[in-house]
Amino acid sequence: MSELTELYQEVILDHNKRPRNYQVPSGANRHAEGFNPLCGDRFTVYLRVEDGVIQDAGFQGAGCAISKASASLMTDIVKGRTLEEARALFDRFHDMVTAPMEATADADLLGKLAVFAGVREFPVRVKCASLAWHAMRAAVQSASDPVSTE
Amino acid sequence: MSGIGVKPQPDVLDVERVREDFPILGRRVHGKPLVYLDNAATTQKPQPVLDALFRYYTGSNANVHRGVHLLSQEATDAFEAGRVSVQRFLNAAHASEIIFTRNASEGVNLVAESFGRLKVRAADEIVITGMEHHSNIVPWQLLCERTGAILRVVPITDEGELRLDEMERLLTERTRLVAVTHLSNALGTVNPIPTIVEMAHHHGAAVLVDGAQAAYHMPVDVQALGCDFYVVTGHKLYGPTGIGALYGRQALLEAMPPYQGGGDMIRSVTFEKTTYNDLPHKFEAGTPHIAGVVGLGAAVEYIRGIGLDRIAVHERDLLEYATARLNEVPGLRLIGTARHKASILSFVLDGVHPHDIGTIVDREGVAIRTGHHCAQPVMERFGIPATARASLAVYNTRSDIDALIRALRKVREVFA
Ligand SMILES: Cc1ncc(COP(=O)(O)O)c(C=O)c1O
Repeated sequence: MSELTELYQEVILDHNKRPRNYQVPSGANRHAEGFNPLCGDRFTVYLRVEDGVIQDAGFQGAGCAISKASASLMTDIVKGRTLEEARALFDRFHDMVTAPMEATADADLLGKLAVFAGVREFPVRVKCASLAWHAMRAAVQSASDPVSTE
Repeated sequence: MSGIGVKPQPDVLDVERVREDFPILGRRVHGKPLVYLDNAATTQKPQPVLDALFRYYTGSNANVHRGVHLLSQEATDAFEAGRVSVQRFLNAAHASEIIFTRNASEGVNLVAESFGRLKVRAADEIVITGMEHHSNIVPWQLLCERTGAILRVVPITDEGELRLDEMERLLTERTRLVAVTHLSNALGTVNPIPTIVEMAHHHGAAVLVDGAQAAYHMPVDVQALGCDFYVVTGHKLYGPTGIGALYGRQALLEAMPPYQGGGDMIRSVTFEKTTYNDLPHKFEAGTPHIAGVVGLGAAVEYIRGIGLDRIAVHERDLLEYATARLNEVPGLRLIGTARHKASILSFVLDGVHPHDIGTIVDREGVAIRTGHHCAQPVMERFGIPATARASLAVYNTRSDIDALIRALRKVREVFA
């Protein structure tokens, strides 16, 4: 079960059970939907952006443990970041869940998000982990159409 | 070639012998013996099918219907023998009523396009059901968009059965065609095709039956069913991918315009006028999937050798066993509990998303499908985003079900 326990780490199971920021933040002024047509996971990410800084973030929707925990942690981590920083985090997160092990030395930078490194061993689950991130990036870019990981 | 397909058999299926015909069942995944329960997506291939493909490519490969040389003659014979095998398998009256396609989806598209051009006009109606695979929804939507016809959908009950009373209400003199699945891939429901055919014909509507799931679980006799069209797909019949077949009633097929243009489907071509070939060639433009037909022929002969009656009995026993075992799993709910069911066990588990179930049981060697099963309207009807689905085939055993139950316990451990 070692790769499995890598995937379903305590932090992920906890965020799945008790998702943080599972609400529409008051004053939210940007949002975007993420939809994975393969498994039906669907989340809407909401941001309150003021002066180029994400003051608050939240999400709504339903999906598997990986996608829900990822949305929960993502909304935690982007709060207080500039839009630039949020975009850079997206890139780094994306690299971590797709790149081979040795290519990701960024554990420090990513902090808590490193728990998603185990997803690499489960290629079909990469889309689950990155779904909310795609929605966040789309919200940052003010896209109002649903985004898809396809 | 192994013998199960050719020898007369006693009444009870010898599963262990059947399993020996499927080389892939010997492999391991993630260090565990493979337990393959994703048969509704595609079935594994027995040695006689693999042998037939190999024999064809190593011994007789040539193009069909066009050469005078020996290899072309052999290839043509093998190809047309495949058609006769499918004809017998579905008990069609004529071999020319069997049109080869790429898969079930193409069979539906062919009918939507060609029958549509013959019969369907603005304000006409097409009736489908709430339990169709996307393959038996989208071609009709396209037809309706093209013609201005209207799509009507027969609702289903909480158990996953068709509301025949509603169907009766939806059928009118405007109904041109009813498209219905024989066996639902998402729910396992077996639909009462002869009754539906009688209802539709009473209103002058043709009936297309989607047999993609049914044809490897129960004997199919298109004449007894009375339907006008029946589609099957080779890769679910223990045959190769990329080959399927459409049965169509001769009189209808003859009246229908061609589907695609190309070689083989014509009798003569000039720039002024082209005359089309006879059935079935009128609907088979271009070089067909010859090896696929050879493989499909071998596959349906393999099934006939075992006997669909015996396969149905074996799978019914397994379905009952699996239903009982799954119902013992805490928090598990079966989706699709029709009285007449076959081979499909769709379920959800409290507090665990199907996708997570799929990943965890895979690590135990158990292959199941998770998702919407190309039947999003069914998921919507039951208010769920997805299900986990175990689906049975001739080579599955009770110990496969036991492995699934053990794997589901692992799921509970992870999500404790
Ligand atoms: C009920 C049903 N209809 C149609 C299809 C489509 O088959 P194919 O993809 O081979 O065209 C499937 C297979 O997934 C099915 O289960």
